[in-house]
Amino acid sequence: MKRLATLALAGVLTAGTAAADLVIPDLHYRTGAYAAGGIPFSDGYQDYFNLLNQRDGGIGGEMVRIVSCETAYDTERGVECYESTKAEGSLVYQPLSTGITYQLIPRATADGIPLHTMGYGRTSAANGDVFSHVFNYPANYWDAASVIINQLLEENGGSLEGKSITLLYHNSAYGREPIRTLETLAAQHGFTLTQIAVDHPGQEQGNQWLQIRRERPDYVVMWGWGVMNQVAIQEAVNIRFPMENFIGNWWAGAEHDVAQAGAAAAGYRSLNMNRLGDMPVFDEIREYVHGRGLAAGDGSNVGSVLYTRGMYAAMLAAEAIRTAQEIHGVAAITPAMMRDGMEALVMTNARMEELGMPGIGPEFAVTCEDHGGTGMAIMQQWDGSQWVTLTDFVAPDDSVTQPLIDEDSAAFAAENNIASQCGDS
Amino acid sequence: MFYREAGDFKTSYTDDSQTFPIKFDRYRYYVVLLVGLGVIPFLINDYWANSILIPFLIYAIAAIGLNILTGYCGQVSLGTGGFMAVGAFTSYKLMTAFPWMDMVTVTILSGAMTAMVGVAFGLPSLRIKGFYLAVATLAAQFFLVWMFNKVPWFFNYSASGQINAPERTLLGVAVTGPNAEAWVKYLFCFAFVFVLAWIARNLTRGSMGRQWMAIRDMDIAAEIIGVNPLRAKLMAFAVSSFYVGIAGSLLFTVYLGAVEVGSAYGIQKSFLVLFMIIIGGLGSIFGSFAGAAFMVLLPVLLRNLMDSTGLDSAIATHFEFVIVGALIMFFLIVEPHGLARLWALAKEKLRLWPFPH
Repeated sequence: MKRLATLALAGVLTAGTAAADLVIPDLHYRTGAYAAGGIPFSDGYQDYFNLLNQRDGGIGGEMVRIVSCETAYDTERGVECYESTKAEGSLVYQPLSTGITYQLIPRATADGIPLHTMGYGRTSAANGDVFSHVFNYPANYWDAASVIINQLLEENGGSLEGKSITLLYHNSAYGREPIRTLETLAAQHGFTLTQIAVDHPGQEQGNQWLQIRRERPDYVVMWGWGVMNQVAIQEAVNIRFPMENFIGNWWAGAEHDVAQAGAAAAGYRSLNMNRLGDMPVFDEIREYVHGRGLAAGDGSNVGSVLYTRGMYAAMLAAEAIRTAQEIHGVAAITPAMMRDGMEALVMTNARMEELGMPGIGPEFAVTCEDHGGTGMAIMQQWDGSQWVTLTDFVAPDDSVTQPLIDEDSAAFAAENNIASQCGDS
Repeated sequence: MFYREAGDFKTSYTDDSQTFPIKFDRYRYYVVLLVGLGVIPFLINDYWANSILIPFLIYAIAAIGLNILTGYCGQVSLGTGGFMAVGAFTSYKLMTAFPWMDMVTVTILSGAMTAMVGVAFGLPSLRIKGFYLAVATLAAQFFLVWMFNKVPWFFNYSASGQINAPERTLLGVAVTGPNAEAWVKYLFCFAFVFVLAWIARNLTRGSMGRQWMAIRDMDIAAEIIGVNPLRAKLMAFAVSSFYVGIAGSLLFTVYLGAVEVGSAYGIQKSFLVLFMIIIGGLGSIFGSFAGAAFMVLLPVLLRNLMDSTGLDSAIATHFEFVIVGALIMFFLIVEPHGLARLWALAKEKLRLWPFPH
């Protein structure tokens, strides 16, 4: 009974829908307070799929069609984007927003469409036993918190006893995610944790930095995004906080975050879940995509931190599509098959090398229970003009994060009556 | 011609004092109800429900609520977002603490809770007026959002401070949660809008509404003719907050399903609802609907138009801002009293048509 109107409207709302493509929705934000981070990520995401179309004729002989929708990092618009694109046969959603992710988890699960929230979103979604359609490989926020602490432990001879660490966070679901892990770690390692919140969008941080200046913590850890990062780094420079003791997570470590402070921010460190540097795939993107005038943006972002991460996300999606095609033996896969593909995804160094992006991420294998990957991340440092990789992939302390994931996902399962998805195996 | 009082004979006092004295208006109202109840539920799909109709209905409730306070009683409020948050968090606590409770009860109790909070924050209105009251309600907005962010009891100690609406039913049918059908959610909201708009319309026509308007027009004069300002103002705050609380509750339970207080109920939501009643028309129930439609539907419509032009999506989004902004200015210049006034003028013209003098 709802078909007729749907069809009539589909003609108006979605001009020219072609069937039997691999539909990849891109819920991007190229406007608003968070556009600086949203643009390069979306460029990388779209460019990689365009590269596959141009160079290989799609994936497994099936062309990829990107459906983009602007969310402006706004949750209500994110929901609208999801509803308006899901009918086109979208294979996987990648909203790049923790707030939108929380909206989409129940909806996408009910609609049977997988969600890939790479290094953001709901951390406990790593437990595939509860969250059947949500994947957050290769790493999540609690891993990030643990990696930072592990790195600091190593620098301090294995003990953080008596140290003080301040968490400066975006006052949203995103920024609050690491608190529980850091509290557990603080109890375990004996450091004191101070939490300072920055309200959206984070342009005004005078009070927060006054407090930091007064308390002089040994380290400041930042969970920031958008304009908040730039402001925080500038404020840190202003109060002459030792920059090497200021550490951002992987959403607070892009070129545009530090560019404003420039050389003064030298020493600022951040995590990264993907490796930096020139890769053969960039040349191919320049040749096949930008050379043919198909660049998603203005083409200036190739190789930047977030562009690389967007491309990495696209690569993981493309590899999951390939895996799904192998499992089911059909080229035009459905969202349900895509889910199976994501759950069977195996990333090896050999495969990444083959794709022209050697060592871009850690090796990992997804299983039904574990949708979270290894959680490893690298530490990078701003030298005043560019990001330099400091460490190899550092592992998080799973003995801390896993109980928290189990606890939080069990609470979600109980609240929503979700039975075990993976059986007893 | 067809829109006039003449020939429509009223034979009783009840007939004479009905809401829509003109026959054409009455039938138009029945047609709207018929379409809303008998046609749309059968045609609706997820996109229309979740992107267009449900937000429109919910914001219409919020706009009616604020219109009662600001439009009818003249008390400016910038606390709408905060009061909506009270409704949402009350619903969340009720839904998780009492899983057996049906959604109508949850929603009404959320409205009642918000009414109490509204009265508490309405107390200063007895002493301060105008811009000063606006600032006092602004404090309510920031305080409430801060409190829901800060006190973990409100979000059941979840790691991220997000609240998620679990699946709850009404008469065995899922109303909230991802498995709720589009038509159920739509009808649920429609029922609330219908009942609340009906009550609001009659409240504002009755003695309560006349007291509010007396306060709005000149509070000293109102006091002299026997209106109790304490009672009238606090009633306005209570009724208004009740509506706003229900809107906030529905926004969370039925529409969004997961909410983060800062982004969903921030100051921009207060402004959004305030713009709705300013553009729609202060002191008019129809204006609340028109304003909600203008602010909710227009951006969606523009977005779809922009999509079909094939422009770059970032440029298209910027264009939307420009066009919506220009339209708001256009309407306010053409008719500073809002869309409701345009509507009233149109009706006035229709009465005379085809023989204008």
